[in-house]
Amino acid sequence: MSDEISTKETEVSPEAGELTTLLQDEFPDAVTEFHAHRGDETVVIERDAFESVCRFLRDDSRCSFEIMMDLTAVDRLEMKETPRFEMVYHFKSLTHARRLRLKVRLAEDDCKIASIHHLWKAVDWYERECFDMFGIQFEGHPDLRRILMYEEFEGHPLRKDYPIDKQQPLLELKEVEERHTYGRHT
Amino acid sequence: MTDMSAIQSQTDVNSSGEDFSASVMSIEIGPAHPAMHGIVRFTTHLDGELIVGMDPEIGYLHRGFEKESENSKWIQIIPYTDRLNYVSPLLNNIGFSMAVEKLYGIEAPRRAEFTRVIMGEISRITDHLTCLGAVAMEIGAFTFFLWFIKAREYLWELVEEMTGARLTTNWTRFGGNANDLPDGFLSDLADRLVKLKDVMSECDKLLTRNKIFIDRVKDVGSFSKEDALSFGFTGPLLRACGIPYDVRRADPYSVYDELDFEIPVGSVGDCFDRFLVRMEEIRQSILIIEQAADKMPEGPFMTDERMMHYPDKKDVYGNIEGLIDHFKLVMEGHQPPAGEIYMPVEGGNGEMGFYLVSDGGGDPVRVRMRPPCFNLVAAMPAMTVGHYVADIVPIFGSVNMIGGELDR
Amino acid sequence: MLLEIIMIPAVLAIIKIMVIILLFAMPLGTVLTLMERKWSAMIQDRVGPNRANIGGFTGHGVLHLAADGLKSMFKEDTMPKGADGFLYLIAPFFGLIAGVATFAIIPLAGPIGNFTFQVTDIEPGLLFIFAITSLSVYGAVLAGTSSNSKFALLGGTRASAQMISYEVFMGLALMGVFMVYGTTRVSGIVDGQNEYWFGNLIPMWGVFTQPLGFVLFFTALIAETKRAPFDAPEGESEIVAGYFLEYSGMRWSAFMLAEYVALVGVASLITTLFFGGYHVPWLHLWENAPQWIVTILQLLKFSIFTVFFCWFQIQLRWTVPKFRFDQTMALGWKKLLPLSLANMIVTAFVILAFG
Repeated sequence: MSDEISTKETEVSPEAGELTTLLQDEFPDAVTEFHAHRGDETVVIERDAFESVCRFLRDDSRCSFEIMMDLTAVDRLEMKETPRFEMVYHFKSLTHARRLRLKVRLAEDDCKIASIHHLWKAVDWYERECFDMFGIQFEGHPDLRRILMYEEFEGHPLRKDYPIDKQQPLLELKEVEERHTYGRHT
Repeated sequence: MTDMSAIQSQTDVNSSGEDFSASVMSIEIGPAHPAMHGIVRFTTHLDGELIVGMDPEIGYLHRGFEKESENSKWIQIIPYTDRLNYVSPLLNNIGFSMAVEKLYGIEAPRRAEFTRVIMGEISRITDHLTCLGAVAMEIGAFTFFLWFIKAREYLWELVEEMTGARLTTNWTRFGGNANDLPDGFLSDLADRLVKLKDVMSECDKLLTRNKIFIDRVKDVGSFSKEDALSFGFTGPLLRACGIPYDVRRADPYSVYDELDFEIPVGSVGDCFDRFLVRMEEIRQSILIIEQAADKMPEGPFMTDERMMHYPDKKDVYGNIEGLIDHFKLVMEGHQPPAGEIYMPVEGGNGEMGFYLVSDGGGDPVRVRMRPPCFNLVAAMPAMTVGHYVADIVPIFGSVNMIGGELDR
Repeated sequence: MLLEIIMIPAVLAIIKIMVIILLFAMPLGTVLTLMERKWSAMIQDRVGPNRANIGGFTGHGVLHLAADGLKSMFKEDTMPKGADGFLYLIAPFFGLIAGVATFAIIPLAGPIGNFTFQVTDIEPGLLFIFAITSLSVYGAVLAGTSSNSKFALLGGTRASAQMISYEVFMGLALMGVFMVYGTTRVSGIVDGQNEYWFGNLIPMWGVFTQPLGFVLFFTALIAETKRAPFDAPEGESEIVAGYFLEYSGMRWSAFMLAEYVALVGVASLITTLFFGGYHVPWLHLWENAPQWIVTILQLLKFSIFTVFFCWFQIQLRWTVPKFRFDQTMALGWKKLLPLSLANMIVTAFVILAFG
């Protein structure tokens, strides 16, 4: 099954797009795979080069991707592919009116990736969400807390091995101050 | 009587010479608070009335849209998308259907596309009307709000006429729409647009040049272009900052490239700019609807590709292909070819993108929706710090957070 | 015998108080709550309250008054955990008392012999009003601080700052009136407005002798009673309801009633000080008018003007957005204060020059 998909992907993208070529030239070792299925230019890169590629995409005038559009992950457990996780980043350049999808593959036992929160401010919350939903560790993120689920939640709901009907125990009510001090410590 | 503790202790400490102004009061605004549309919590740190810090907490409306979608058939996701941005559900329907169509590599017939443009713009107008009305109401112009709600009602009656429901529309299908234009819809539409324009000009007179209103929104929540881009703003808020980015223009989808409309932009990105941009977008949407209604072509409203929709009953009972198609659609559902796509459409709040991954089976592997107001709420601390607590109201109002879309 | 008892000044004053409060101020205040809902509904293309009924009779929503009253009476009187009990319980009544006390010095009609339609005509007159309105600050402050709620605290702080500031401009704006009519006694000011300019052409109403003073005083009064557009202390969108956030039932109703009684108070003060009070203009041309017709006309004139100014305040509330708190204060200290000082000085010079 997995072979079938990858052949299909390569079928629809016989030649590399402009950005793909650029990235291949700049980072010859990093680009492992690419396609342009339905016109969406996609580049898969190595994890180690990820941060420098992102910086290049933002700063280089041939790319100038001003907006970090979306960040998410795909759990490929049921697709029987390895490595299990695939980080998906969507970028949008207003200058060149272009989009790019960047993918990084992460193994299950080592799902760590460099945080790029310092490059785009939007990334902060996106990475928190991705951590919450998939349990991806973003190294260097200043405040990697859960965002949609609550602190006491166990597990990461969007992983394919998290059962959809699993119930978590109800929480005890938390204690509150009886007479508050209007923010002042007495 | 025995404890006036807080106030007394403060005055006591103050009289003993400690710096009184240094005390910061933390106040929980939300989750249940009149200014928090939907549910969200801002832990706000106040120095007197001045906001010195803010920590938003979201997720109160998290219903697991993505998880549910990944455990459903493709067609079963359309009703879930109604509940994303519940103020403009048709835009979500359209966005998701177009994303799946892109995955299939097909296009809906032109009549369906023009109808989608009309309904999508109606939804955009209802979204903007709700947002502007809410901003105005929260800074005291209650009359303006109710006039806008009245105008929104005209449009929702149209939506009801077309889809049978006001909010839970579930109207688009892969490769077309659930139904054609009902009889007399276009004349009703023209009628309602005239009424809408009346309300718009009335409200313009009531509020747009009102000194108190301008004082309340001008220079409140200003945002620079660079910050807006870095925070990933899209939609009216980005345009209010002066960047004319609109997915309908930048990556034209549907039939927007055949329609003539302008993209309003602001200059400093304060609440007043956002207000004006949204007001102008309503007018532009009216223009788009009028053009689309004029150009409405004849033809089918659903694609005639096989395996995209249920075959006619006479085919199901009359020939073997029809029967097989029907059986497979019921038992296995739609099976888009394997692959991954990202389909952006212009939602009410900005770029609403659907990232879909299919392995060729009946269930999607990944359904991801890029929520436009996620970035906007993330920027709330940056927008509010340094303003007064009363400014949270217009700023958060103009962000137009929709809980269903934010938390999914 | 009964008449003699009634004519004892103290008894008479009590009867007048009861009549004015129970037959004029409170009913008008109560009816205004309904009228506000009806009027705002008209402005906003709504129907307004029309559901409460007895056997199908709705009386265009009049029964909502009874329904609301009953509801708030039977509602639980809650007190938040950690609230300061005694202060929390008495706070709602300061505003109500202050609002009602305003009517003590307002004449509803001209005197008939020794009998006046006024509870008391004290020498300090309007200074009494200033003293009494300061009292209503305590209502807001105590409610805000004793509720053990941060929103209420913010509201109470805003209310106290705003009310104390606007008292200043309220007093200064009235200085012109005192100068023009040469007295602080209310009956003196009202009678002063019964003079005419240019023969019998224009009555010397306060609004004509002190146009700027009228605008300033009206603005300051609206801010003092915390009505829109100066309702930042209640700020229902950002601090929920401000200082009375935690109240329920009858105590909450006391705040609401105080607001509407104050609304009537403002309207009747404006009528008394700037629109001739009870004097019907040009009535003196009718030489032999029977006393009872004159009194009825005077009562009617006073009521009509009062209702008109109530309506005006309600209209204002449903038309304009509200100021932010700092904008309210800036308006007061940066615009109203210089203007009222200028008004005072100009008035002084005019009086000096033209006598």
